[in-house]
Amino acid sequence: MGEKAKGFFVTGDPLIYGADVSIIITLLGILIFLTYFKKWGWLWREWLTTVDHKKIGIMYLVSSLLMLFRGGVDALLMRMQLAMPNTHFLQSQHYNEIFTTHGTIMILFMAMPFMFALFNIVIPLQIGARDVAYPFLNAMSFWLFFFGALLFNLSFVIGGSPDAGWLSYPPLSELAGSPGPGQNFYIWGIQISGIGSLATGINFLVTILKMRAPGMKLMQMPLFTWSVLSSCITIIFAFPVLTVTLALLFVDRFFGAHIFTATGGGNPMMYVNLIWMWGHPEVYIVVLPAFGIYSEIVSTFSKKKIFGYKSMVFSMMIISVLGYFTWVHHFFTMGAGADVNTFFAITTMAIGIPTGVKIFNWLFTMFRGRITMTQPMLWTLAFIPCFLVGGATGVMLAAAPADYQYHNSYFLIAHFHQTLIGGVVFGYLAGLYYWWPKMFGFKLNDRIGKWAFWTWNIGFYVCFMPQYALGFMGMTRRVYTYGWDMGWAPYNMVSTVGAFLMGIGFVFQVWQILYSIKHGERDLTGDPWNGRTLEWSILSPAPHYNFAHLPAVKSDDAWWDMKNHRYGAAVQDNIKEYTPIHMPKNSGIPFLMSACWFVAGFGLTFEWIWMGVAGLAGVGICLLARSFQRNTDYYIPVDEIKRTEASLGRVV
Amino acid sequence: MSKRFSSGRLWRVAVLAAGLLVFLSGCDRRYLIFNPSGPVAEKELHLIILSAVLCAVVVIPVLGLLIFIIYRYRDKPGNKAPYTPEWNDSKILEFVWWGVPIIIIGILGVYTAKTTYSLVRPPVEDVKPITIQVTSLDWKWLFQYPDQKIATVNYVEIPAGVPVQFHLTSDQMMNSFWVPELGGQEYTMPGMAMRLWLQADQPGTYYGSGANFTGKGFAHMKFKVVAKPQARFNHWAKQVKKTAPVLTEAKYQQLVQKGLAEKQTYSSYPEKLFLDTIDRNGGKYMKPGMKHGGHDMSMMDNDNE
Amino acid sequence: MAQSAISVDAHHEHQHDTFKLLGFWIFLVTDCIIFACLFAVYAVLRTHTDGDLTGRELFEVKGFTAETFILLASSFTSGLASLAMHKGSKKQLLGWLAVTVLLGLSFVGLEITEFANMASEGAKITTNGFLSSFFTLVGTHGLHVSFGLIWMIGVMVQIGRHDIDSLTKEKVTIVGLYWHFLDVVWIFIFTVVYLLGVM
Repeated sequence: MGEKAKGFFVTGDPLIYGADVSIIITLLGILIFLTYFKKWGWLWREWLTTVDHKKIGIMYLVSSLLMLFRGGVDALLMRMQLAMPNTHFLQSQHYNEIFTTHGTIMILFMAMPFMFALFNIVIPLQIGARDVAYPFLNAMSFWLFFFGALLFNLSFVIGGSPDAGWLSYPPLSELAGSPGPGQNFYIWGIQISGIGSLATGINFLVTILKMRAPGMKLMQMPLFTWSVLSSCITIIFAFPVLTVTLALLFVDRFFGAHIFTATGGGNPMMYVNLIWMWGHPEVYIVVLPAFGIYSEIVSTFSKKKIFGYKSMVFSMMIISVLGYFTWVHHFFTMGAGADVNTFFAITTMAIGIPTGVKIFNWLFTMFRGRITMTQPMLWTLAFIPCFLVGGATGVMLAAAPADYQYHNSYFLIAHFHQTLIGGVVFGYLAGLYYWWPKMFGFKLNDRIGKWAFWTWNIGFYVCFMPQYALGFMGMTRRVYTYGWDMGWAPYNMVSTVGAFLMGIGFVFQVWQILYSIKHGERDLTGDPWNGRTLEWSILSPAPHYNFAHLPAVKSDDAWWDMKNHRYGAAVQDNIKEYTPIHMPKNSGIPFLMSACWFVAGFGLTFEWIWMGVAGLAGVGICLLARSFQRNTDYYIPVDEIKRTEASLGRVV
Repeated sequence: MSKRFSSGRLWRVAVLAAGLLVFLSGCDRRYLIFNPSGPVAEKELHLIILSAVLCAVVVIPVLGLLIFIIYRYRDKPGNKAPYTPEWNDSKILEFVWWGVPIIIIGILGVYTAKTTYSLVRPPVEDVKPITIQVTSLDWKWLFQYPDQKIATVNYVEIPAGVPVQFHLTSDQMMNSFWVPELGGQEYTMPGMAMRLWLQADQPGTYYGSGANFTGKGFAHMKFKVVAKPQARFNHWAKQVKKTAPVLTEAKYQQLVQKGLAEKQTYSSYPEKLFLDTIDRNGGKYMKPGMKHGGHDMSMMDNDNE
Repeated sequence: MAQSAISVDAHHEHQHDTFKLLGFWIFLVTDCIIFACLFAVYAVLRTHTDGDLTGRELFEVKGFTAETFILLASSFTSGLASLAMHKGSKKQLLGWLAVTVLLGLSFVGLEITEFANMASEGAKITTNGFLSSFFTLVGTHGLHVSFGLIWMIGVMVQIGRHDIDSLTKEKVTIVGLYWHFLDVVWIFIFTVVYLLGVM
């Protein structure tokens, strides 16, 4: 153990000392704040033990924004290193760690929780439910994600970050290629949060299937709900593959097995197949909900029904199925042979068809509508051209022989950033601006928001368009330095400028949030955008139990039709008698159990078996303790409902 | 040559667009992919341009439509454009936008398949090809010439106008062998011998690099491909055979150690080095087809003679 | 209107019970995929013995046949337990669950012995790709069984405390489902790993 402890704290780099100091100061600050204002009890009761989907959603959101910051700083560090040829800002080792953590964090610890934040905040409200199907499991998912992310980020200051790329191909990620604990941090950080993601997939699938408001048929569900449904199905089929793959990699590293090793009868190619069987569906997992968000927003701000609803549903389902049959396009260049390559080239191109159809449907939703340029709509309108070009370069990449020239070049980097930022991040940001009043009861400031929007967007094109050119010039990804001879320098410089513009855009957004907390326009109606779906039928922020009466749904765009007195339920709502509402009780077990996972993960990362076993035993005890609990729910009395509704300004 | 043009108008459009693109990029030599120096890279460039044109056929009108719609249907008082809040379905429109992409993908699919299959064959049939065995190491490239029985490190000489079949493997980290001006890349994988056809039409020096991350020294895994007329190539090979040192097993073990290396040449190498490397890294479990790249077993047999 | 709202709410609460079962079925789907991947890995690596002993030389027909019969029997007894539960007989229910647990324990015991024997012959997880994938696949199943045993004992204790009520009923149903699932997985292991291995 002494041998291992020697390298326990990462040393020798001023950046890391800086991080050490800022982490300690932040932690101390939080501790002092909580103690001084006597907030410990509040923290435990209101947040750490909550099973309320809205609060869980907010915690997901805060975590994902923090991770966006961390991943963004990683990106800026990389761009600084690459701004000029032969820069000595970062060493090779450090650069490798940073691109590995950038990719991993952005996909797994930024995009996924951001998506889950929106699932949590919106889905129950949108389908007229009071909670998700398994509120306890929902809290557990969040804490598993949280502690997984914590473990992963800890590697920055303890033990050393992983450095084998975000998908960590063996043999490089095997013990021989990456001997330190960094790779174990990667495995356990993702593994722990991955269990949570899988549980969320099951949870929301059942929620959508079983807990819709009375009367809401499947083909009357809002499109965001449909997109979450298709995303959840994809999670359920893809995430187990990730679990297995990482577990097997750990078995190799921990027990010295030969599953993915080059020697001893292992087969590294198998890892590449397995990881992409998860990895490719994963991009559809994150982009499908974004499609749902755009659908909601386009329809709301064009004041028009969504065009081609059935076609939209159908295309999402096709995407989630077809998403499983394209994984080989990530390694056309690994010699699978002409038959296999042709098959996967065509399936990959085919997935462009339903995606293209969606774009036409959004366009024709706006056609003969009345378009208002609110912030959510701005991001949606920015998404369409961005994703269109990103999708087109995707089709270009799908042509296998052309891919031989693009593979692992900056062309590819530009392509997937364009789809992931232009498609996913723009979508989630649009969703954030759209549902923000529902979460917090006020709108985000428009003026600062527009500054943020334009710096983000201009920054995006300045950053990534030159990267397409760099790809044509033969620049490969993951090089930490390059010379003057290839003529890459000017493009890299421009790209770095763009990256910093995006960084400024993010700063604007932080400022926007802080400013709006104080000065933001309050939403007293609960329906600030003249919305169409059920989440806008209740006040903002939604009360603990969401709906005092479960709404009765008879059509799609349910709230729009209620408002326009198509079937008048909205008004009658207030006349009805209240009945006690059945709700789940808070529980500390999800937090404690995930903390035990963290202990186990940390122990196994350093191969301290006693600690791993202790952590896993803790997990087991928590599971048993939960199994023995009987009174896990309670009723909110009518009085309290009346009080709450009255305090929110609704006539009782 | 005539075959390419007979395959229709599409190619003509593509070639036109290619000209335009090259013109726009200022005939810039820096755009390696737009400056193909051999038949493989040329074929790939054709496909790239065809796919770009087909995508543009959709993208540009849609962008135009987007701008038009945003402008025309903005919510301004007095906007006279029609407003139909309940209109949400049109069978004809749906038919069009499911149909058009299907047709485009269909066309692109056919050309993709054609090119994919053509690239596993030698670029020209009437010239006897040569074979070069490539091994990626941490962090250097080893080239062995089974016909000439010589070896080089970090640079490779080839005869111009002659198809070269590269046999690629790795000891052990997966890399990818890429010479953009001559053609697309192929991975070097432990336990496998992948095959990649390339050919330089003209003598010249071409940029090559590793395209798949292999750790600390990855950024330095560059090499030059020097194409020479056949006679000068033969002369070079003879020179190497006469003057260069021997690559012994011990020397190879040194090369395998992690680290960078200068250009090197060797007059001979251990007889079965390449096949042993493959077998040691799992090659013995591969089906013969996979182990030797799936095609053209006869080539491999030549090596063993 | 008010009447219908109340009945709607009540209806929703009642449904909560069936949620758990549905969720558990979906969980089993994910577990199925996990095993499918492990089987695929085994199928790729089963010939990768690196010059060492193959399955034919390592697997003992007597051992794995016994394991198979014991696990099948335990699946049967867990079925009997569920029948007893529906009859409302707490004693029989606990009895059959106890038999199931004992059978499960002996299965795990046999498996551990088998693994130990193999290891003493030099066939360890580190030996070659074939054994790595063998131990991970069969070991993952074994871990599932062990986990199921603890779970089942936990459920028995709860039945002891609270008798057969809607909550314990649900728990017995779900743990029973899990147990049958492991049995199905074992049948595949028996066929793909052991039978094909010794043939």
